[in-house]
Amino acid sequence: MTTTSSPELPDPNLDTCISIQNTTISYGDFEAVKNVYCDIPRGQVTAFIGPSGCGKSTILRALNRMNDLIEGCSLKGRILFDGADLYAPEVDPVEVRRRIGMVFQQPNPFPKSIYENIAFGARINGYSGDMDELVERSLRQAAVWDECKDKLKESGNSLSGGQQQRLCIARTIAIQPEVILMDEPCSALDPISTLKIEETMHELKKSFTIVIVTHNMQQAVRVSDMTAFFNAEAVEGGSGKVGYLVEFNDTDNIFNAPSQQETEDYVSGRFG
Amino acid sequence: MIYSSVPKSPERIPDLSYKHWCTRNIGSRILSVLAGFFAFLCILPLIAVLVYILIKGFSSINLDLFTQLPPPPGGVGGGIGNAMLGSIIVTTIASLIAIPIGVGAGIYLAEFSTGRGFSQFIRFGTNVLAGVPSIIAGVFIYGVIVSTRILFGHTFSAIAGGAALSVLMLPTVVKTTDEGLKLVSNDLRRAALGVGASRFVTVSQITLPKAFTPIATGVVLSIARAAGETAPLIFTALFSPFWPNGIFDPIATLSVLIYNFSTQPYDVQNQLAWAASFVLVVFILVLNLLARWLGRFASK
Amino acid sequence: MVALVLISILVVVFWGSLESMGRYGLKFLITSNWNPVDDEYGAFTAIYGTLVTSLLALVIAVPLGVGTAIFITENIIPEKIRNVIGLMVELLAAIPSVVLGLWAIFILEPFIKPFLMFLYDDFGWIPFFSTEPLGPGIAPAILILVVMILPIITAISRDSLNQVPMKLRQAAYGVGTTRWGAILNVILPAAISGIVGGVMLALGRAMGETMAVTMIIGNSNVFSWSLLAPGNTISAMLANQFGEADVGQLSSLMYAAFVLMVLTLLVNVFAQWLVKRLSLKY
Repeated sequence: MTTTSSPELPDPNLDTCISIQNTTISYGDFEAVKNVYCDIPRGQVTAFIGPSGCGKSTILRALNRMNDLIEGCSLKGRILFDGADLYAPEVDPVEVRRRIGMVFQQPNPFPKSIYENIAFGARINGYSGDMDELVERSLRQAAVWDECKDKLKESGNSLSGGQQQRLCIARTIAIQPEVILMDEPCSALDPISTLKIEETMHELKKSFTIVIVTHNMQQAVRVSDMTAFFNAEAVEGGSGKVGYLVEFNDTDNIFNAPSQQETEDYVSGRFG
Repeated sequence: MIYSSVPKSPERIPDLSYKHWCTRNIGSRILSVLAGFFAFLCILPLIAVLVYILIKGFSSINLDLFTQLPPPPGGVGGGIGNAMLGSIIVTTIASLIAIPIGVGAGIYLAEFSTGRGFSQFIRFGTNVLAGVPSIIAGVFIYGVIVSTRILFGHTFSAIAGGAALSVLMLPTVVKTTDEGLKLVSNDLRRAALGVGASRFVTVSQITLPKAFTPIATGVVLSIARAAGETAPLIFTALFSPFWPNGIFDPIATLSVLIYNFSTQPYDVQNQLAWAASFVLVVFILVLNLLARWLGRFASK
Repeated sequence: MVALVLISILVVVFWGSLESMGRYGLKFLITSNWNPVDDEYGAFTAIYGTLVTSLLALVIAVPLGVGTAIFITENIIPEKIRNVIGLMVELLAAIPSVVLGLWAIFILEPFIKPFLMFLYDDFGWIPFFSTEPLGPGIAPAILILVVMILPIITAISRDSLNQVPMKLRQAAYGVGTTRWGAILNVILPAAISGIVGGVMLALGRAMGETMAVTMIIGNSNVFSWSLLAPGNTISAMLANQFGEADVGQLSSLMYAAFVLMVLTLLVNVFAQWLVKRLSLKY
């Protein structure tokens, strides 16, 4: 078990949005990822990278309580969002998810019209302003307005994969969260769509904090400011692997001057 | 909600607590309670029916029940022996007709058909047949067998009853055979053909045994259904207050007995109806649980 | 073989009813005078009875069934209990029609009689409650039909709900809906085609249901708007009269059987069309 690097942010001017403190997540008796310490900065893009099975998606889902949907999933430790403990007993997961939104790996628009896809989320969050304007603004911010503007009443599924994913991004933007989580959003898409979404992320960074899980190291280099590298080790006396955080630093440092040998091995392609 | 595009630290810690009083949460809880109430209402009849059958029927369980004939209206004592035997006979006849035909049709659909044209028609027909009310099946058999006296001049008979029941069993057997065989992976079939087995041998010795469990489950369930059916038997097998006399004559069955005796104004008959219900329900429940237990082997 | 059976059923019933059709034509469908003694037949009461009992039973059973299905697919209560409830609903489906009829006569009917009396006493001015409930009648028939079609609706709804893919549920919760917000707005609409298919199937079953209804409906061919009065359905009529009918009566009964077959066929075909129409792509 290697030591993790310091969890404090290198730049003291940045303000912490989400603070993960000694968090361990288990599915039933099986520990999926353990002892994670990480402070995610506001207004920046943070990437979680690492080989498969090391718990990156699990940690990501824990940040907006999506793990609640999985039966038997439990969490030890604390996750603070702007100082509030996300897992305190009186916390309503619905409130959490309104402030921390998520874009999933597979594009999953609702089986409704494009307009309704966006309006639905806004409406249940109590938006009472001009809906048309909100829909247009969200679609523009997700760089998919031009493709959609003539077919707002058509089903969300009539779009191509890349467009659907951007629709999902628009849907998430429309509820105006503070943080947007992205779970390998481009893994099911072609390179051109991927590029479009990465450009979108640069724009979104100005208004939201973004945490993205990705398998693709080049993508992490392209879009993120901070990177956290996770790895997995075999469980003693059992089958399966448990994940842990190896290093968390500026993207530049992780890829060019990592302080841990494991990180160096991974980013230079020696395993992955 | 704050709708701004500039990120800023909130002045205070956000309140993420569960608000008990706000409308959407109250609505959510009311709906959950309502759904639970509906579920309760759903299982209430089952409990009520089973409890009453148990209470009223169980008290009549004695040896007489199985060995005696029912008494004439107004008489006392007696049992339902003939009806039990009759039910078994009629159900067996129905199975003997429905299982071979049904499994055969299912095999044809799954293994030998081309997927269009005739087999599509058969599948569609099976679905429609499944929706035919049980009494129409009785009417049909009446028209074909009873009124035409096609069976050596006999009219109402056990065979006619069995035939009517088999009409009801057919769609289920065909469907489960078809589906069960479809579940067998094509790799297995190709392997068998690869070692030179003929189509027939492949089907009978490789695919059919593999699909045995889902098919058996379907067959058991359709037998359970046939045992409980009444309407088709009313004018095919009719009823008889005597012991079964060969399969070419009217015959008593548990289901028809229950029907007849429950509408008569005599206590003794009513009591026998409850007893017969008890026996029938136990029999059917056992078959159902058997099918379920068989189904467990299918998921291997 | 199967095709043979199917075609022959259609043929026999149609052929048998020809005589009666020749005699009465379409008038058969709208007169309610059914008198074997005078050899006069009109099936309106029976047809009305079939439709009313089935539709009203559906109206009651659908919310109950769908609500129960939702209850056992969401994790409002622990899994073990959910499985038990599901099992019990399926076992309900296995109970034979006659047995339910027996139960209806001796248990259900006396049980609801006070309630029906109340309806008659206080609401008798409404035509639907205008006769005195004497025992067997349309109302208990509707209730027993509900009991019979509940398992179908619940089972099929449960399967449809379970088939809604996880990614849709995730999307719904991801934008911050409550449990019922997700259910009503996303999950239920996605499952609606399957649920409707199940409901139509249940309707077909209800229309054709014979034994329990026969035993409790009162078998009266006198037409009445009241739900508390005895009535008749086509299948009940067939069950009662077929065994002893003479030729003329037989033909009319065949005609009625034909009507029933047509009705159930229509429902089945309509169901398949509706399911296709409603399937939301996701």
